[in-house]
Amino acid sequence: MVEFAMHHAWLVPLLPALAFLAIVFFTRPWPMLSALVAVAGIVGSFIVSALAAYGVFTNPAFKEEPLVYAVRWFSMPGLQIDVGVQLDPVSAMMIFMVSMVASLIFIYAIGYMKGDPGFSVFFSYVSLFAASMLLLAISSNLLEMFVAWELVGLCSYLLIGFYSHKISAREAAKKAFITCRIADFGLLLGLLSLQIVFGTLNLVELSEKIAHFEQYTTLAVLSLIAVLVFIGPIGKSGQFPLHVWLPDAMEGPTPVSALIHAATMVVAGVYLVARTMFLFHEVPNAMELVAITGGFTALFAATIAVTQREIKRILAYSTVSQIGYMMLALGVGSMTASLFHMWTHAFFKALMFLGAGSVLHALHHKADVWEMGGLIKKMPITGWTFVIGGLAIAGIPPFAGFWSKDEILAMTLESGHYVLFVMAAFTAFLTAFYMWRLIFLTFFGDENPENHPHESPAVMTLPLIGLAILSTVGGLVGTPWAPYWSEWIFFGHPHHGEPNYWVMIGSIVLAAAGIYLAYQLYCVDKARAKVKALAERYNHIYTILYNKYYIDEIYLWFNHTIIDGAAKLFYLFDIYVVDGVIVNGLGALTCLFGEGLRVSNTGRLQNYALVFFLGVLAVVVLLAFTGPSAASLIVGGVK
Amino acid sequence: MEGIWMTAAFYLLAAIILGSALLVVLLKNIVHSVLWLAVCFVAMAGLFLTLDADFLAAVQVLVYAGAVCIMVVFGIMLIQRGDMGSTNLFNNQTKAAAGVVALVLAVCGYLAATTPWASPAAAVPENTVESIAEIMLSKYVIPFEVAAILLLVALVGAIFLAKEVKADARND
Amino acid sequence: MLATISLTHYMVLSALLFGIGLFGVLAKKNAIAVLICIELMLNAVNINLVAISKYITPTLFMGQLFAIFVITVAAAEVGVGLAIIIAIYRNRVSVNLDDFDWLKW
Repeated sequence: MVEFAMHHAWLVPLLPALAFLAIVFFTRPWPMLSALVAVAGIVGSFIVSALAAYGVFTNPAFKEEPLVYAVRWFSMPGLQIDVGVQLDPVSAMMIFMVSMVASLIFIYAIGYMKGDPGFSVFFSYVSLFAASMLLLAISSNLLEMFVAWELVGLCSYLLIGFYSHKISAREAAKKAFITCRIADFGLLLGLLSLQIVFGTLNLVELSEKIAHFEQYTTLAVLSLIAVLVFIGPIGKSGQFPLHVWLPDAMEGPTPVSALIHAATMVVAGVYLVARTMFLFHEVPNAMELVAITGGFTALFAATIAVTQREIKRILAYSTVSQIGYMMLALGVGSMTASLFHMWTHAFFKALMFLGAGSVLHALHHKADVWEMGGLIKKMPITGWTFVIGGLAIAGIPPFAGFWSKDEILAMTLESGHYVLFVMAAFTAFLTAFYMWRLIFLTFFGDENPENHPHESPAVMTLPLIGLAILSTVGGLVGTPWAPYWSEWIFFGHPHHGEPNYWVMIGSIVLAAAGIYLAYQLYCVDKARAKVKALAERYNHIYTILYNKYYIDEIYLWFNHTIIDGAAKLFYLFDIYVVDGVIVNGLGALTCLFGEGLRVSNTGRLQNYALVFFLGVLAVVVLLAFTGPSAASLIVGGVK
Repeated sequence: MEGIWMTAAFYLLAAIILGSALLVVLLKNIVHSVLWLAVCFVAMAGLFLTLDADFLAAVQVLVYAGAVCIMVVFGIMLIQRGDMGSTNLFNNQTKAAAGVVALVLAVCGYLAATTPWASPAAAVPENTVESIAEIMLSKYVIPFEVAAILLLVALVGAIFLAKEVKADARND
Repeated sequence: MLATISLTHYMVLSALLFGIGLFGVLAKKNAIAVLICIELMLNAVNINLVAISKYITPTLFMGQLFAIFVITVAAAEVGVGLAIIIAIYRNRVSVNLDDFDWLKW
């Protein structure tokens, strides 16, 4: 079984793709059947993934040599592109994680989407997404990965705009697609440059060639390529300054937010950088860029999340912040810590999104956290699983988030990025604070009499429980005392950091402080007078944070002023210069010549004869007074 | 007819040719022009005699001085009747024409004067008619036949063009 | 030098005659006059042909033969030319070339 799964790993993306086709062409009129087909596809994919992952993680040979099955996609002089699957610890972990989370979310969606007119369509989209995401994870070739990368972008667009009757959903879908496309252009340029410089996009070959990049190019060119490649992840993973689409993407159905915009697609950027670590590793400046982008985004998004009111929006900024952590870890050179955080984050963030979906389901899509409260009494399963998620993201041991976040902090400190370390630590505090603010406001405190919540059906709560368990134990694979994770997922050589107890204790203290502060402000103080006083006192900061640093407004201003201004300029240029001077000018010039030549066109035979004789004379002179070469021009070929 | 006589004959004939040609161009009466044209053609025939081309001289007199001039006179009679006083005037591009002619003369004169001509290798045979007939009917028989057809076509064409057009056909 | 008549003399005579004829072609109003002047030009060419025949290739007679062809063609040309002029005159009641600007536009 394990052998079969490993040698047929291409089944992993294929099964959801088949489910997609089956739903589109056959089962669309029957919603429940469509859902079953989709779930069957992803669960089958999960089983294959799990078996393959078992095979990989029991054979240490895979640490050195990945298992690649590839066929020639197309071939032309100077360009051969292979397409195939590559199994190594990283991709095995990724397909396992993606298919597992996706399976749970698919099941959850059966309950959440019940009664929606687009039920079948929804499942066809998410199946296509799962297929694309798994293909992205298992690709052996960067071009293949890019195709999958664009496909997940397309699915993201389709699913954000799923409620296409809502204008905001349509706008958000367009925003997401366009923003990601801008970033993907950078990635495309980077990939083209790689192909041009190194002549291949195969991951294995590329890693071997880039290790000796001096034979092919200079460090400056390689740095440029690395930065171009990194632009793609900036967009896809919602890093500053292209993060603007991710919070708006919450217009999509909540399972989509959980699957695409929390657990899988948005971490594709992290995964891509991890896959091309051999490139970034050679370019210290690009690594610094990744680290600074990640660290800054983490803090930046966390501060915004503190003041937001919509439940999914808070989670969205939290996602941006956590992906910032992952980028930071990549930038300081620890792929291990980065992917570990990606692994744990997938569980607890999917859990929290699904919990939020459950809440929205119960409250009929009332999203403002200020209008909730005390929900834990009516919705115990949702509430307590959400609390587990909150503990995990805040970094309270032994929940999953603690181990990964702790490792990131430790690695940042160890690599000597002290400023980034302080930023990351402060972000940890903020994370605990805003997440528990959300929890206290939503699940504790007084009940809002206008709400009539009810617990969600089992099909929705079971995945919550499953994810809650994973959020609890998922981090135990990589504790500092039992570092199974770092033995398998690494770049270069496995790195076993000594348990840094100061960092550990410090992060626990910060998390606890954040939770305590949230408790004081939002749970104990029922009237919320202190909160209001704080907001009043730091009015400016509050306004800026509440308006997300006005990034959207700045972009809007930029578009309206600079782009539209330039467009206006070009419009005028077109009207007056292109149309006026060039087009009409050419016409006028032709008319002018015509008028001039009209004078010569007398119609009188003798005029013409006169000119004709002048011409004859010229030919005679030419023939008589110049050499044979000039004469041959006229009479054509003189021997 | 050797030496000085030849020279005298050439200059005399050249003077007649150029003078009558000038009169052809300059006279205002078209009938007078044609008259002087005939004079010019006859003098040309004389010039051909000085060039040992007796057959050509005869043809010149027959065709040009005889046929062509008479035909042109008939043409004039068909077209212009009444006062012939100023039927042959200059148009308004005389000066430009004179300029072009001056250029042509300059180029031709320069070329004629500077070209190193080969000196005659032998004398012209006495019996030119026989020699011309020989090459015309052997080597150049096809151009000869073509010329015959050309004359026929010209004859038919001239008749067709000059024929009176019927009244109903002109209304098209 | 002037005493002995050479090829150059005939050439110059021919050129002058050609020039006179060309002037007439370019500067006369009357279509028939233009036709006459064309005859002058053709005669100038004939002088050249015959003179070259005598002074360069005296035994070949090609120059004279060509002169005969030229005369033939000239006769045909005069015939057709006059016919055309008559036809035009019938339409326009004019032989003044200044009146004929049909080639315009």
